[in-house]
Amino acid sequence: MPDAPGVELLAQELREAHPDAVVATEHFRGKGAIQVKPERIVEVLRFLRDKGYRALMSVHGLDYYPEEPRLGVHYELLDRERVDRLTVKLRVSTDDPRVPSVTPDWPTANFQEREIYDMFGVVFDGHPDLRRILMPEDYEGHPQRRDFPVGGEPVLFTYNEDRGTGYTR
Amino acid sequence: MRIVKREKSQAAEDLRIRQLRARDMLRGDLEGEDLEQYVQERVITTTLEKAVAWARGNSIFPATFGLACCAIEMMSLPGARVDVARFGYEAFRASPRQADLIILAGRVSIKMAPIVRRIYDQMLEPKYAIAMGACSSSMGVFNNYAIVPADKFMPVDVHVPGCPPRPEAVVYGILKLRSMIHQDPALSWRKRHGAERTVEVLPEDIERFEQEAAINVFKRGDTAGA
Amino acid sequence: MSTELDYRTQEQQVDFTQRMHPVPGAAEPEQELLTLNVGPHHPATHGVLRLLVTLEGEIVRDLKPVIGYVHTGIEKTAEDKSYWKVIPVIERMDYLAYFFNAMAYIGAVETLLELEVPKRAQYLRVIHMELNRIMSHLVWLGTSMLDLGAVTVWWYCFREREKILDLFEYSTGQRMHTRYFQVGGVADDIPRGWEQKLREFLADMPSRIDQYMDLVNRNEIVLRRLKGTCPLDEQTLLELGVTGPLLRAAGNPWDLRKAQPYSSYEDFDFKIPVGQRGDNWDRYAVRMEEMRQSLRIIEQALDGLPEGPHITDNRKVALPPRHELATSMEALIHHFKLVTEGFRVPPGEVYYPVEGPRGEYGCFVRSDGSSKPARVHMRDPSFVNLQATAPMVKDSYIADMIATLAMLDPVLGGVDR
Repeated sequence: MPDAPGVELLAQELREAHPDAVVATEHFRGKGAIQVKPERIVEVLRFLRDKGYRALMSVHGLDYYPEEPRLGVHYELLDRERVDRLTVKLRVSTDDPRVPSVTPDWPTANFQEREIYDMFGVVFDGHPDLRRILMPEDYEGHPQRRDFPVGGEPVLFTYNEDRGTGYTR
Repeated sequence: MRIVKREKSQAAEDLRIRQLRARDMLRGDLEGEDLEQYVQERVITTTLEKAVAWARGNSIFPATFGLACCAIEMMSLPGARVDVARFGYEAFRASPRQADLIILAGRVSIKMAPIVRRIYDQMLEPKYAIAMGACSSSMGVFNNYAIVPADKFMPVDVHVPGCPPRPEAVVYGILKLRSMIHQDPALSWRKRHGAERTVEVLPEDIERFEQEAAINVFKRGDTAGA
Repeated sequence: MSTELDYRTQEQQVDFTQRMHPVPGAAEPEQELLTLNVGPHHPATHGVLRLLVTLEGEIVRDLKPVIGYVHTGIEKTAEDKSYWKVIPVIERMDYLAYFFNAMAYIGAVETLLELEVPKRAQYLRVIHMELNRIMSHLVWLGTSMLDLGAVTVWWYCFREREKILDLFEYSTGQRMHTRYFQVGGVADDIPRGWEQKLREFLADMPSRIDQYMDLVNRNEIVLRRLKGTCPLDEQTLLELGVTGPLLRAAGNPWDLRKAQPYSSYEDFDFKIPVGQRGDNWDRYAVRMEEMRQSLRIIEQALDGLPEGPHITDNRKVALPPRHELATSMEALIHHFKLVTEGFRVPPGEVYYPVEGPRGEYGCFVRSDGSSKPARVHMRDPSFVNLQATAPMVKDSYIADMIATLAMLDPVLGGVDR
């Protein structure tokens, strides 16, 4: 893992290459993370790929409710030669959840971005095939947002269905 | 010759009595009440239905319908340790048209539920269903938006709890089903729910059926989802 | 006579070469494309995977996997439960590698807590994980050979699997989804006699693996179906983010147990099997050799098993032992708090990767300071590996597609979560 000064140096180089991309850096539990602006994610990832972080291991989303901007997308990068991991984070709000898609450069993000779209509603511009992947095609709502209810229903077994649904209450 | 039953009945005397009675039967000397008593004690009478039910219960073809973790435990059912071939159940059929029993092994998600229903509909009567595991019986560990209990869209005969249930537990459930079949083979849902007739669904009725099916619990006489 | 001669000459003039070995790009007879739905209920799809296969004759031109048929909302359920109650829920994601799911999640939580795990617990975790790897590969082998038609292998594999499940039941109490790994260590120490039973298993297993290889390695049909079919080069696999035996079969020796060791893997001496061509045969061979290497690891771990506690001493995180509850008031309070509310984790976000039987399992945990996780996400290798199916089977026969799907080893529980 790059240590804290290493992350700062990397962020500095990134700022020089793409002036308004970096929002913040952090170093937590031995791993560095850089937070960037959503519009610049493709350039940032290309820059980091030239720096050696050639493998995109995971793209996942999360909901920071109730902090704004609510939705976040994390990109886990891996440098196989130096065995380094780095996280790139970005935040978007629910009003305009658009993020440029990194799928054209990194084919591995295809299914993962679809999953983030399905679960959180983040729209990836430039994704070749953005549709729901885990939920049924006509499902409404984005289940993994924090204000979506967990759900669940009472179970009525076959043999006592005569009693109707009121038997549990 | 009349047979006299003694008060103090010892095993040897009973045997002697039975021997004498058998000799009389062969000679054609038993008549009336003695004959009826003899027949009741000695000859196995059964009806054809019972025989068929016995055969049917002992030769079920389960359909391979493993969904998730319970499927792995279901796969070890025909394995060498817990061998369902002893009960005649080892012929897992891939096609639902050839299967009698659907063992719903695993969690049924909302995307999969209509497909399970379609497979169940494709099976020929009489058909049985076992909901294996906690997830298909009763939502299991995950009581959330993505899971449907199996009873919501198809009638289930036996629920086998467990997460995943041991193969021996599934065998217990299968044997319970087998005894249910022996007693009453027509466990089919039409009879159980009084859904004997067919109803023609006109296009204008479809919406009403869909609204009623929102609760989707089978009421008696309701053919929705037929 | 003359008609017969004509017939013979006609026969000799028919040129079959183009029909038998169609050269891509050459003029082919017009065939229309057929889209076949290899539906979610299919004996060969290893779970509920739906494939929309576009065929030209028998050759696959395009493949679209449709998933989501066993989506259980596990990640959403996990946000609702306290940290240690999430473990049974997370275990059920990839249902053949339950210890790895648990390890990834627990590793992430332990990183957040900055908790140190005792050495004995680490060794016990390694033993259980490697046993799980062997078990997962056994199920893979059995079901793959079932798909190819070699049904006998299935019975043999499940016989060994029962032995491993017996070991799991002995030490953890349950055959599958054991909830044995806890935050800070393992739930309980191994019982008396377990080591003995494990050593018997270790002594037996190499000859059993030889038995499987006897059945498969010189079987003409298996060789024809696996050798040279559906190879994919290393560069494409790296771009698609594929990890695990698939990547190693293509020649890249990337294995997290060696590259970023966790849980004392650096103490053990084992090799990483690597293939050469990246076709189905290499994927099969790599997994068989991995089983042997796992046996080596277990043996070393068992020989070097250190004495010590099986779970951390930090009472704020791990339940105190029962005998303390009768004497110590703090132990009682800790027990009560842990069971009702659970422990609180400092806020932060952590991604913890482990090397499972299918590739890199990475668990991402975000904590907001309360006793329930704010987000748990599992980067499941089957989910990412599934994207490699389409490039692999393009322009090969549909029978090869079945074999490739078998060798890919997707577990739909992990794919759909």
